[in-house]
Amino acid sequence: MLPFSFLVGYIGQNHLGNGSSVGFSPELCLNCSPRAGRSLPGPRGEAAAPGAACPAAPHEQGTGYPCWGARGAQCPPPPPKKKPFGASELFSQEPFSTRPPGRRPPRSLRCLVTSPRAAVWRPKRSGPVPGAMLDPDSGLSLTIARIVRRLQGSSLHSQLERQARVSLHKPEIKLESLKEDIKDFLKTSGWEKKLQNAVYSELNVFPSPCHPAAPPEHMKEPLAYMRKAQGSWEKRILKSLNSMCTELSIPLAQKRPASEQKELLNKWNEMGTDEPDLSLFRPVYAPKDFLEVLMNLRNPNYENGEQPSFRNHLGLIQVPLKVKDIPELKEDFSELGLNTGQLGIDDSAQVPPEFFENEHVRVGQKVLAEQDSAAAQQYVRQGCPTALRADLWALILNISNQPEDILYYEQLKSNVIQYDLLVDSLIYKDVKLTASNDDYYFVFEDYLYQVLLCFSRDTSVLEHFTYSSATPPKSYIRGKLGIEEYAVFYPPNGVIPFHGFSMYVAPLCFLYHEPSKLYQIFREMYVRFFFRLHSISSHPSGIVSLCLLFETLLQTHLPQLFYHLREIGAQPLRISFKWMVRAFSGYLATDQLLLLWDRILGYNSLEILAVLAAAVFAFRAVNLMEVTSLAAAEAVLADLSTLKVMPLLQIFLFATVT
Amino acid sequence: KCGLAGPVLDVLSRRPGWQQAKDEEEWDFLWCDVSWLRENFDHTYMEEHVRICHFRNHYELSRKNYLVKNLKRFRKQLEREAGKLEAAKCDFFPKTFEMPSEYHLFVEEFRKKPGITWIMKPVGRSQGKGIFLFRKLKDIIDWKKVRKTMVEKQFLERGNCMLFLSQDGVRADEQKDETQIETYVAQQYIENPYLIGGRKFDLRVYVLVTSYIPLKAWLYRDGFARFSNTRFTLNSIDDHYVHLTNVAVQKTAPDYDPEKGCKWMIQQLRQYLTAKHGAGSVEVLFADMDNIFIKSLQSVQKVIISDKHCFELYGYDILIDRDLKPWLLEVNASPSLVASSQEDYELKCHLLEDTLHIVDMEGRLTGKEKRVGGFDLIWNDGPVSREGNLGAPVNGNFIANTHLGCYNDRKQQLKQLFRTLSAQQTA
Repeated sequence: MLPFSFLVGYIGQNHLGNGSSVGFSPELCLNCSPRAGRSLPGPRGEAAAPGAACPAAPHEQGTGYPCWGARGAQCPPPPPKKKPFGASELFSQEPFSTRPPGRRPPRSLRCLVTSPRAAVWRPKRSGPVPGAMLDPDSGLSLTIARIVRRLQGSSLHSQLERQARVSLHKPEIKLESLKEDIKDFLKTSGWEKKLQNAVYSELNVFPSPCHPAAPPEHMKEPLAYMRKAQGSWEKRILKSLNSMCTELSIPLAQKRPASEQKELLNKWNEMGTDEPDLSLFRPVYAPKDFLEVLMNLRNPNYENGEQPSFRNHLGLIQVPLKVKDIPELKEDFSELGLNTGQLGIDDSAQVPPEFFENEHVRVGQKVLAEQDSAAAQQYVRQGCPTALRADLWALILNISNQPEDILYYEQLKSNVIQYDLLVDSLIYKDVKLTASNDDYYFVFEDYLYQVLLCFSRDTSVLEHFTYSSATPPKSYIRGKLGIEEYAVFYPPNGVIPFHGFSMYVAPLCFLYHEPSKLYQIFREMYVRFFFRLHSISSHPSGIVSLCLLFETLLQTHLPQLFYHLREIGAQPLRISFKWMVRAFSGYLATDQLLLLWDRILGYNSLEILAVLAAAVFAFRAVNLMEVTSLAAAEAVLADLSTLKVMPLLQIFLFATVT
Repeated sequence: KCGLAGPVLDVLSRRPGWQQAKDEEEWDFLWCDVSWLRENFDHTYMEEHVRICHFRNHYELSRKNYLVKNLKRFRKQLEREAGKLEAAKCDFFPKTFEMPSEYHLFVEEFRKKPGITWIMKPVGRSQGKGIFLFRKLKDIIDWKKVRKTMVEKQFLERGNCMLFLSQDGVRADEQKDETQIETYVAQQYIENPYLIGGRKFDLRVYVLVTSYIPLKAWLYRDGFARFSNTRFTLNSIDDHYVHLTNVAVQKTAPDYDPEKGCKWMIQQLRQYLTAKHGAGSVEVLFADMDNIFIKSLQSVQKVIISDKHCFELYGYDILIDRDLKPWLLEVNASPSLVASSQEDYELKCHLLEDTLHIVDMEGRLTGKEKRVGGFDLIWNDGPVSREGNLGAPVNGNFIANTHLGCYNDRKQQLKQLFRTLSAQQTA
């Protein structure tokens, strides 16, 4: 692979190819190996890029402090052998559900706060559990090995090392008990907490490792037909992008002339005032097109049967995936139950703040003071107080906006200024079509460009393709089509924006105003959650599972409504799909949207989106039963901005007789 | 009877039992513009129950030069009676001079602080007409000249006698003094407004006064922030689209998109500010805004001719600066009630409905209410506490009865209110 900047000058031809179309199998694709992302150059190939872990960062062992490197990263010791995940019981529902109902005591967060180490080892909810094939111990050791490996390249590692070295000059560090003393020092100075947060973040983002014998693409997506479907969907996107290129005869990338660079730099903070003519550009695809693809998805090993019967699924999604039923959801989302205080319900005007809100805010401040990701994640399940949300989210996502992160952002920015990409126009077009016309988000137009243009240049985003079913498209220098040495990912981050993409960023502008921090939060949200909403996979948070969950919930719990809508040609998913693909951004009022996203972060899962979509249908069921066409049904559900998310979810999950 | 179209008429004609009075018919309730008031008020006989939507001399508050004059006087009075600290609470108005009468005072101040920006506004006009910014004294001298020639032109149009008058310079000057030169105010421009997404905005908040003696004022929970369509910078001083946030001005901007609306509900803004600055500083900001409403009303309390037939709905324009300090820009006695979008239409209809509830032509209220629909009573011859009944003694920790930017559940409240009221009546 060549550095992007090197290639960009040469790309005269404007064609993208993906692996299979040019004659080598996707399996050989670089990005399937778990560390592919890291061997890529940072922006413009500079090794100094701090965010993208520098590939050559040597494992500085034997620098006079033997074993520190390895010890440091392993600092949180493995849990006791007998109960591999014993600590997670701290988080289980028992202590809470056995509480007498009606009383709403503050959650005993104290125990979370004081035992963060235990929290670190909480098992992540994962997809089809490949670890099931492994015995828990070896699965665990694989996880540990991977995390150690990843952290060794991080800036945290070098910082820890520096701190340890500095601490040697302190009088309380004795030679005879060197190891213990340094460990104590790191604990008291808060560095241990930082390490724990980093480990916790790794656990949250990366799926548990596959069996060593499994081929690497299983990490991306274990089901072959899903992989294939995603592959051909990508091919379609590329074809559409390529034809637009040819039609408009615009190159994929070109260096900006110096005058243009200067101009762009000058108006960096007011890019929205620019009104380029974008009438020829069209979004590469819209959620509607994507839904058509999902509808045609079939499992070749599964007999669907032509006639619909009570046994098969009456909805649009026809693949058999395991989705949760209400009792399971109840258990998963137990903190949303009727006996638990909720922001979004118990902070309304009628409820005096002494009842829940004041105490909740107080606990929130305590969680922040502790700087503990795991505790923060548990805390936001009951909702974030508006004033604390920005900090709590950053803590959960383990974003601290260090000087090197700001530097990294500045580098991306200078890349935007130097090079003009075709995707820039797509981003412009999308912002103008969506966020700029939104009643709430129009103010943030400039921020959106500042984030999205940089995002398209960020090669560290490529890392998420190790666990995403999607594969970044490649571009080749003219005349070298298909030759791997002349390939470059296009766009550099591998993500082609679609209609509505900017709405993933817009709500975050409510919380962060420094562009670099806003950027990092968005990038982390994307690689944790949003990519799943526009790629085909069997992951429980993937869009296919969400659609199926939505349809199953409706079909099971509101069969009359489901049947009625289906009969008049208004399949519910046709209406709710766009809500879920955008994670409801732009549909709900902002305060409600943030309350919803609190829960996404808190449960590290997107399933709540499907539940809410079903709850909205349930809420409007009476009106929907009266409509006789798709257009009328859409009209009933056109305006969600008055809905209150938490009561809807609570009623649907906990107050409906099932 | 209603002299205006738009939401006002919609609301009035929808009200059960009300009828639109024909041209010369008798009327009980009049929603008129201020020009009607000027022409007819003094020779109209009004019966006991009749209500009209303006005070006779509303301009004491709504004309920019009078507002300043009243505030300055009130500030002095406070300083005499209650000390400097209390008087400092009136410092929510940027330094302002009436032009041309205070021209010399202005020049003195201008010389003292060179390099700052000033804004000139015609006192009587609204919706951002005739406003301009300047930094050099030369600009304003030019302005004076332009005014002069404009006045002369008016003369020319008015009568041919000017043909020879213009030859006689002295007489022309005399004549000019007789015609009213449009008065302007020169106001220190707030150079560090609070920006969201690089845009400047101001707030529109509604305050209803039902009586000046004793002062009884209600604050509406909803309101909105109006965003400038372009990015704020002090460099483009001539581009007044940047600086003015009036919807009326913004509408004529070349890239104005009516779909955008450029407005946020005040709840939205409050939430945004809370997320950025924490609940505490936002509480302070909103308390400061309450102070603005009350102090400005008190400043005209003794001047305005109180009349039990009159009530008035004011539109306050507030600007917030980067230190989260609110500044009073102006007060409108006839705020624009034309709607720019569906949401806007609903806000204004609700506002008017609740105004009518409080004016209470139907005689349903007891006069002891602290809240009617979206309105909260903020002043009743003294501060109103959030806790307890109206008139109950206030205990140690006093919380003002204001809910600006809070959730407006007016429908529920109204339902409850009128249910209890009718229950009381039957009992």
